[in-house]
Amino acid sequence: MLEVKDLHVTVEGSEILKGLTLTINAGEVHAIMGPNGAGKSTLSAVIAGKDGYEVTQGTVTFEGQDVLEMEIEERARKGLLLGFQYPVEIPGVKNIYLLKAALNAKREAEGLGEIPAPEFMKLIKEKVAFMKMDTSFLQRAVNEGFSGGEKKRNEILQMLVLQPRLAMLDEIDSGLDIDAMKVVADGVNSLRAEDRAILLVTHYQRLLDYIVPDRVHVLVDGRIVKSGDAELARELEARGYDWVLEETAA
Amino acid sequence: MSDVQRFLDRLAERNAQRGLEPTWIAARRQAGAARFEALGFPNRRVEAWKYTDVRAIATGDFTLARDAEFSPATAATLTLPLEAYRLTFVDGVFAPALSDLDDLPEGVALMPLSAALAENHEAVGGPLGRLTGVEFSPFAALNTAFMEEGAVVRLAPRTVVKKPIILQFLSRAGEQAVMSHPRILIEAGSRSEATVIEHHVGEAEAANFTNLVEEVFLERGAILTHYKLQEAPHQDLHVASIHVEQARDSRYTSFNLNLGGGLVRNDLVTELDGQGAEAHFNGLFYGQGRQHVDNHTLANHNAPRTFSNENYKGILDDRAHGVFNGKVVVKRDSQQIEGFQSNANLLLSDRAHIDAKPELEIYADDVKCSHGTTTGQLDEEAVYALRTRGIDEQTARGLLTLAFAGEVLEQVGLDVVAERVELAVAGKLPERFNLAGLVEAAVALSED
Repeated sequence: MLEVKDLHVTVEGSEILKGLTLTINAGEVHAIMGPNGAGKSTLSAVIAGKDGYEVTQGTVTFEGQDVLEMEIEERARKGLLLGFQYPVEIPGVKNIYLLKAALNAKREAEGLGEIPAPEFMKLIKEKVAFMKMDTSFLQRAVNEGFSGGEKKRNEILQMLVLQPRLAMLDEIDSGLDIDAMKVVADGVNSLRAEDRAILLVTHYQRLLDYIVPDRVHVLVDGRIVKSGDAELARELEARGYDWVLEETAA
Repeated sequence: MSDVQRFLDRLAERNAQRGLEPTWIAARRQAGAARFEALGFPNRRVEAWKYTDVRAIATGDFTLARDAEFSPATAATLTLPLEAYRLTFVDGVFAPALSDLDDLPEGVALMPLSAALAENHEAVGGPLGRLTGVEFSPFAALNTAFMEEGAVVRLAPRTVVKKPIILQFLSRAGEQAVMSHPRILIEAGSRSEATVIEHHVGEAEAANFTNLVEEVFLERGAILTHYKLQEAPHQDLHVASIHVEQARDSRYTSFNLNLGGGLVRNDLVTELDGQGAEAHFNGLFYGQGRQHVDNHTLANHNAPRTFSNENYKGILDDRAHGVFNGKVVVKRDSQQIEGFQSNANLLLSDRAHIDAKPELEIYADDVKCSHGTTTGQLDEEAVYALRTRGIDEQTARGLLTLAFAGEVLEQVGLDVVAERVELAVAGKLPERFNLAGLVEAAVALSED
């Protein structure tokens, strides 16, 4: 589904990703872990199309298509969706505006018409309830005055409505208490499907107790230095990153 | 020939065609002409005109329109689709065929100025020019010299007018540019209530000059909502001097919505003369191309316990130039007044420009006043965030621009007006982002 090959990325002149290779197949949940500054957030930002990241070498393809050549909105419409670590506040734009505009953009790309209002309302209410959010959130401006936990729930709500093919979640667990974490994890787990993949970027293993990954990758200094199954995450939690660094150096 | 002389010659030509007039009109006409001749057109060394260059008006050669012919089909596309009483003027000339004065309720007088003068010129002579005299500005003086047509609205005490009253000013495209000097006179009796929509619009190729003077008298407890929807063609020149007098417990709400015109200057002044009088100034100006939009507002708190609130938002694109000058004056002994003012501007292009100046003059001590102005660009992080959800860039920018205007638009009670403004500032958003549909969805949700 997603193939990243030998990806080199430079930010403001310094190389952050130094030859990252990663393959994610449909149906899989991958977790990328690593110490601060390893380049975890850079990977998802480059795939989503954020400005300021220069790809100097390598390729990113999504279902055989060159992602790096696509407009930001085109990536989203094809099903590549990024959940932000720090969701931006958008004063004056109601959540419901954003959800409807985004859903209809996706439907148009898929050759479907605008979603009928009753169907849209039914869908939204169901997803809002699932995320244990109050419907009043829909009338509020996107993320404005939301607590950290509310912002993260809102990111997952957008995922549930837009049903991405590949959901990339950047530090979705940061700033969450345990109850909020469970709600967010339930949301993410509900997205697991045969034809969909999930990429979790996280610093802590804690999240992976709730969303059990198929594959875990350790990112150090711009490269994936070790991959394994969910057991690897637990080992990292118990032993830290140092042993991986030593192993790599050896 | 000097610029001033060219206008005075036009006046002499017109005066030669006039029949006998009441002496007070002739006298004021003369006073207006004399004042205009003495002042000339304002130049930029005058503080009130520092940011607005009126040479496009001064050097123009404008004649006066002789008829009100206008294609009914074109008029139909320009007119606001509202159930309303309507007076229409074409280049300042009354157009009965495009007006609708049927079934005016009891207590409402609505007629062209010419008809009001013919009916009882003395009743007009009292209020006309009382608020906005020839001293107000060179343009007010020029208007007074030429005054002959316009609209008169009179509401008897306790008259509540349900349908809006529309004063429609159509600008016509033609080989010769024309000028008009309309007068609007609104007298709202005590506890009367009405909505007046002044609508300036016209044929796209028109390039005319409108010089409006408007006087509004609100007696005790009168409530007036006044829309000025300015959608004039982009080469039109437009100067408006609006002066309001408010008695005790009256409420004046202005929606000054500027979308059109090449050069626009509005002076909006209210005199809060009685305790409990309230003025709400809501403004939105949107400039594109090389449009120049100048809004000068003034709230004079002449009595204790008066209230004013102003919220103006400007959106400027391309090489448009905006000016905002809002002033609140609290007279000596006007205690316990509240005067709030806020102005925010959004620059959509590097070459767009705004000159913003909020002013407070307070000569009393027990007052609550605040003012502030901000200017910024669209938040690129927000544009990016919307695009990562599949929303194309143009629509993302449109949504964010609308969001900026939202605070003012939310106050607009007439959907037809709000939608026209939305369309103008956000561009024609693709059907799938139909905002009206979204609003309905939001309403359905809140009712559930």
